[in-house]
Amino acid sequence: MKSAPKAAVITFPGSNCDSDCVYGLEIMGFEVTALWHKDKPSLAEYDLVVLPGGFSYGDYLRCGAIAALAPIQEQVHKHAEQGKLVLGICNGFQILCEMGLLPGGLVRNQKMKFLSTDVCLKVENEDSPWTSASQRGDVWKLPIAHGDGRFVCEEKELATIKDKGQVLLRYCDAKGNVSKEFNLNGATDAIAGIKNVRGNVFGLMPHPERATDLRSGDGRFIWKSILSTLGEKAV
Amino acid sequence: MKARVHIFYKDSVFDPQGNTVQHSLQQLGFQQASSVRIGKVIDVEVQSATHDEAKKLAEKMCETLLVNPVMESFQVEILD
Repeated sequence: MKSAPKAAVITFPGSNCDSDCVYGLEIMGFEVTALWHKDKPSLAEYDLVVLPGGFSYGDYLRCGAIAALAPIQEQVHKHAEQGKLVLGICNGFQILCEMGLLPGGLVRNQKMKFLSTDVCLKVENEDSPWTSASQRGDVWKLPIAHGDGRFVCEEKELATIKDKGQVLLRYCDAKGNVSKEFNLNGATDAIAGIKNVRGNVFGLMPHPERATDLRSGDGRFIWKSILSTLGEKAV
Repeated sequence: MKARVHIFYKDSVFDPQGNTVQHSLQQLGFQQASSVRIGKVIDVEVQSATHDEAKKLAEKMCETLLVNPVMESFQVEILD
């Protein structure tokens, strides 16, 4: 690659993981621009657009509902339609579902408690720009911090999601076994992260940007997958 | 006139708040309370000539922002 890949991280009122995303992407070699939700620049120069975690608009009405309609989203929709990469982390995942860029939605955790802990995730599909640096069956350890992370969708939709290999990550134990016990928020089918059919949009509840530097480091698998995807295209 | 929107999780979605309150009610002696679902009510003052117009406007607001049909169902009533 001739120059560093470019990423844009969008901040909404109430986003609080934007700085960590900028930091994580920078240490992985991206050139990062921080954008504000009211900005309406063209996103054409960016290889990756990131919607970070936090509590945009205080989670009012529904998590991510108002952020989904922010001025900048017209450009994010365009970016996604062109097949370019869009990543939503935690609140970002909620926003992508509200935007209709990903199926399903995220609701209140099953046991009503805010969960702040490390979880194990089973890589279900390595055929994506987000997981290609791993193999199916690999187990990652990433932190979660959410009160509304329970993924839900209609049965028909779930069948489609599974059929098309859209499930990328499921909650599991340290050995990669998926079970009710390790599905802390009660997500449908223990789903922690999904991509769209085309594969260019990915949302996950855990925080890879918090596991890029000092912690387990497994967040790096996502960044490496993205980098190698972009590298292939540059050639 | 006022458009009052009642929003609940769809029946297929587990409502942990409602479930918790149901247990609390039963512990307080209300054994007859078999199911609790907790929703929300949104009141929007709308300027419309007719009830029909107000209802259509409110439904549009629901489609655009107020309701997520993936996990919620809703009803609109118009109050004078």
